[in-house]
Amino acid sequence: MTVNVRFFASLREQVGQAEAQLDAAGGATAAQVWAQAAGQSELPPNVVIAVNQEYARPEQPVSDGDEVAFFPPVTGG
Amino acid sequence: MDNVHISAEAFDPWGLLVAYQHARFGASTSYGATSAFVGTMRDFNEGDDVAAMELEHYPGMTEGHLGRIIGEAKAEWPLEECLIVHRVGEIHAGEPIVLAAVWSAHRAAAFAACRFLVEELKHRAPFWKKETLADGQQRWVEQNTAG
Repeated sequence: MTVNVRFFASLREQVGQAEAQLDAAGGATAAQVWAQAAGQSELPPNVVIAVNQEYARPEQPVSDGDEVAFFPPVTGG
Repeated sequence: MDNVHISAEAFDPWGLLVAYQHARFGASTSYGATSAFVGTMRDFNEGDDVAAMELEHYPGMTEGHLGRIIGEAKAEWPLEECLIVHRVGEIHAGEPIVLAAVWSAHRAAAFAACRFLVEELKHRAPFWKKETLADGQQRWVEQNTAG
């Protein structure tokens, strides 16, 4: 299945890309998408995840066509 | 203007307040209480002089969550109107970052809901700040101030 991955802020700079299309295994979790996209097996504890623009937990399964975003804690306002 | 607005340009929060109130209420004065919060970029953070800041957001998710926060406020308090304007892009010290405003019949709801909009926005809306210090060094802001 194809997953659209996005990185924001400091994570975008660390990973070196803003967006990527990934061919992930069916039933992959958000944490597994991170491992594949970022090339790091462990999801750092301060990484925030959104699936289709909704906050999600690392163990949430993703589906074909999903947009999976990784970013640091938010600091707006 | 929509009740959620992301601005890539500098904005005048007070002028926007007047314009929005006029557009939404016209001659009607069903609101007896207006509460507004304006967040402005400081020239210091964590003990350092800060010259400028780059504010990044997640187009789509940011607007969606700001709209949801307004919806939650309207479900919790009897509100006539809400408005959130948030700046993105390159910002300089002294420029407004955020405007949150609430119109209600009475002050208790207006104060409480305005505080709610600001606190929820800071915790949930995807924005990130990268500071440029006076000496040119850049760093990401890792967490919000406690309040």
